This record gives sequence, structure tokens and C-alpha cells, in this order.
Amino acid sequence: MSPETLPVDANSERTGVTPLAAVAARDDSEISQGLAEKPVFAVRDLSVHYGKSIALKGVTMDIRPRRITAIIGPSGCGKSTLIRCFNRMNELIPGAQVSGEILYHGEDIYASGVDPVVVRRHIGMVFQRPNPFPKSIYDNVAFGAKINGYRGDMDELVERSLRRAALWDEVKGKLKKSALDLSGGQQQRLCIARAIAVEPDVILMDEPASALDPIATTRIEDLMQELKQEYSIIIVTHNMQQAARVSDETAFLYTEVDAETSARWGILVEFGDTGQIFTKPRDKRTEDYVSGRFG
Amino acid sequence: MSARSWQRKGVGRKADSLFAIMAALSGVLILLVLAYMVISTTATALPVFGSQGISFIAGSEWSPSNGQFGILAFIYGTVVTSVIALVIAVPLSLGVSLFLTEYSPRRLRGIIGYAVDLLAAVPSVIYGLWGVFILLPLFLQPTADFLSDNLGFIPIFKGPASGLSYFGAGVILAIMITPIITSLCREVFDTVPNADRQAAYALGATKWEMIRQAVLPRGRAGVVGATMLGLGRALGETIAVALLIGSSVKVDTSVLSPGYSMAAVIANQFQEATGDHIRALVGIGVVLFGLTIIINMGARALVWRFNRV
Repeated sequence: MSPETLPVDANSERTGVTPLAAVAARDDSEISQGLAEKPVFAVRDLSVHYGKSIALKGVTMDIRPRRITAIIGPSGCGKSTLIRCFNRMNELIPGAQVSGEILYHGEDIYASGVDPVVVRRHIGMVFQRPNPFPKSIYDNVAFGAKINGYRGDMDELVERSLRRAALWDEVKGKLKKSALDLSGGQQQRLCIARAIAVEPDVILMDEPASALDPIATTRIEDLMQELKQEYSIIIVTHNMQQAARVSDETAFLYTEVDAETSARWGILVEFGDTGQIFTKPRDKRTEDYVSGRFG
Repeated sequence: MSARSWQRKGVGRKADSLFAIMAALSGVLILLVLAYMVISTTATALPVFGSQGISFIAGSEWSPSNGQFGILAFIYGTVVTSVIALVIAVPLSLGVSLFLTEYSPRRLRGIIGYAVDLLAAVPSVIYGLWGVFILLPLFLQPTADFLSDNLGFIPIFKGPASGLSYFGAGVILAIMITPIITSLCREVFDTVPNADRQAAYALGATKWEMIRQAVLPRGRAGVVGATMLGLGRALGETIAVALLIGSSVKVDTSVLSPGYSMAAVIANQFQEATGDHIRALVGIGVVLFGLTIIINMGARALVWRFNRV
């Protein structure tokens, strides 16, 4: 098979036939043909309000495919708000309003005809605390595929997802056991396997290791390096060392305060190559933050 | 230099142990009351248990003037009305509590929640009178007629249809136990971690899939517990059932025919009963108590099993 056709076939089989996926597949084929690398997400002047107060203001950035993009910044700067915009999780909060655009492979996921449920099937998410369902390990992994009407071999999908999440060897003998009996680190890798099983092409991780011990954290970080061969990963982290270790690109968010009303909101201060952000930051605030002067 | 005193002074020295004794006495007292109730009622009813033998609970011939006391019809009525009540009340309560926790806007949640709690506080005699004077002509009798006309070929809906029946009593019971089941289910669903909901949403679940896969499994044990509490109330409910069940001593497969329940027969006949008749009525109380205990133990076992999964 020629290199031009192979990735297209592989991807159309992987992602199904919805319009968003069709765009994803087309985009991948262009990459394989050596054309300019298109961003997975193009964020344009994104702002988020909760009720009347603004939480995030005017973010513009491009997320590149098959990379790990870290979002760092002090507490309350809107990191979690930002990452939750990518799969429309913010709108589960009453009163949340998003303005601006997020283009996913060129399509606005906030356009009027877009069903957030379908968006979330393309863009997986892993949360701060491991949150497996009180079901068996097998049922946890199969959950997303089941509700999405997966028709293939479920056993094979569960094994493949657990292998990709580097958990298979630890759980293969006890797939019917409760997921709640696993350790915290195993539970988090199970949550990653659960997200992978839906076959997304982006995985969002909201401080995925903050509730884990150092060894479990290392395993998650190693796993991320493997996953970025196939997926685009966006990670929010409180831990600057972690951002420096794992990510290819880094976005630094910071809190602005209105002097009169003392209202606070997050802004994107600087976005660029992780090496550059940590060694030659262009902005004074970035430099202060990465050198540990505050936050 | 005086030696330091290591003793507490004044009342404080005794207060602690005094309180402990009082608390322990309260605990023992409740056990004593329970034991005394069981023993004295059983002792009162013992002669009737002895003379009737197994036919006391297996026979349905209830004829106090002839000294025949078979209470099967009452046991049957209690069980059938309670089952009807659960069949109606559990889905209804699940719907209301899921609406309150997952769908309704915050302001409405408070109003409906308060209304549900108020419903639980209405005395049962009011439910009974309302059932007889309002619900019977407006809903129970028409519904009973409709069921027997259209589904009469099924034995449980066979005519002649009466609103004063197992069905009528079951509907009133359902209305009475819905508030308690609803407010317990609501509390259970409120404890489902938001992390579970978010996990389901993040995997592309719709709201219904989220509820079915994340909320209901977490709340399963609580829902069973709430159902059993409702069942406990339905089994023992007296006045409302006495008013609506039709007071007919027989075992009938059709839920649309009049029957009788254990609590209802005690309430209706206690006044004019004498001798063995009184002993038989107390005996019904003992059996009802035993039935309630068995169901409670079953419920605990169920909840315990669900909690382990």
C-alpha cells in the first residue's frame, strides 16, 4: 500500500462517518502527504463568563496534532475553565457562557448545529481525581463504546484500550472485579483506557496526576509520551516540573485584576515551545512564574 | 509547695458517668418495651394459635361467632395492596426524585421538595377520607371500570369492578408512600459524586445515559432501602386502607374486587370483639409484626448485598 492511502483508510475506519471525523481524516491525510501541519484546535478570541462575572478573556492559540500541550499558571487563572472549553464541558455549569471560536480541524465546535454529546465522543477527557464508575474494570472501559453503539469485538477493544493505557498486564486476570479495588494510579490509567476506548483523537487531561504518588505520576507521564504518537494531548498542570518534563508546547495563563471592581479573570500571557517558555520567556510575568517567584 | 490535684472538682466529676448511665438506660428501655410487646401479645393470642393450629394463617374462614379464625384473606389483602402500592409508587418516586436532582431548576427544586415533605406529613385518615369522597368517584371507580372492560380477560383485572377494592386501597397507599420514597431517593441521588456525572458526560453520554449508567447504579442500594421503608409503611397502614379496601373477607385473584387487610380488620372489629375474637385480632397483630420484621430483614440483606458490589 502506498503511503498516501494508508493513513486515510486507517483513520476512516477508526473514527466512523460523522462530519467532524471526516474532517479529521482528511486533515491527517494532508499531513502524511507532507503538506503544512494544520492545528487540531484553533482557538480564536475565546472568553468564558459564569453568570455576570468573566472567568477567561480573549484566548487565542493553536493546538498542534500529536503533541503534548501544557496549560500552566497560578491557582484561579482559568486553566480548568480553558481545558473544559475544548469538549464543551463548561456548559454543564449553569450560567456558563462561551464566546469566540474553537475550530476543531477547521470546524467550530460551538456552532449552532453542533451537538456537545458528539463533540465529547471525539475529544476524550481525564479528570483530576480518578473517577472510575462503581462497575467492573471491563464495564468501565466498555462504557463509552457501548453508549456510542460500538459494533465490533468488545473484548478486543477492551484489551487494546487497556494495553494502550499500560494497564493490561496488571488487570488481565481480574477484568470482572470492581474498578474501585484498584490503586489510585491504576484507577487513573483505567480512566485513560476508558477515554481511549471511545477512539477520540484528542485527550484532555485536567491535572491527571495531582492526586497520585510520585511513582504513579511517573507512570502516567511515561504513558503520555507513548500516547502522543497517536493522540493530541492537552494537559492542565499545577506542577511546572511536570509541564517542563512532558510537554512540547506550553501556554502560560495568568490572573488579571481590575483595580476598581477587584474582578479577576484569566488571560493567556504567553504560548510557545516548552523549552523557550522555561528558558527564554518573553514576558516578565512568565519569567517570574517559571522561576518560582510566585504561584 | 502543695501537691497538684489530679481530680476534677464539683459536678463535673460525676456528670460524665451520670450521662453515660442515662444513655445506656434509654437504650435498654427500648429493648425492654419491644420484648414486652412481643411477649405479651403472643401470650394473649396463644390460646387461639393453639386451637386453630396452622389454619390460623392458612385458612380463610373468618367466623368469630363460630370460633373459626383463619386470617389468610387478611394476609393476602395486606400483601396485594402493598405490592400494588409499590408498583405505582416506586417508578413515580424515581421520576420525581430524578427530576428534582437532575432536571429541575434550583428554585423549583426547593418548592417541589417542600411539597413532597408536606405530603408526608398529612395524617392518614385525611388520605382515607379524601380517597373515599374525591378519588373514588373521580378516579378509582372509572379506572377500575376501564381496566375490567378492556383488560378483563387477564384474571387480575376480572370484573365486576369496584373502586373499593385491593386496587383502590393500593392506589391510596401508593400516594401515601410516594413522599417518603421520593425524599429518600432524592437524598441518595444527591450523594452521587459529580465526578461520576462528569466522567459519563466526557465519554459522550447523553443525560439519560448518564443517569442510567452513573446515577442509578450508585443509588441502587439506597433506592432498595427507600422502597423497603415505603413497603413497611404500606404493610402497617390502617385507616386509609380500612376505608378503601371494601371490607370483604375473601381471597380474590382480581385486584378490582373488595378484600380486607390485617391492619384494617383489627381496627374495624376491635371495638365489638370479645373473648377469643379479641385474642384472634391480637394474633393478627403478632403475624403482621412478624411479617414486617421478615421484610425488614430481607431489605437489610438486600441493601448489604448491593453495597458490597
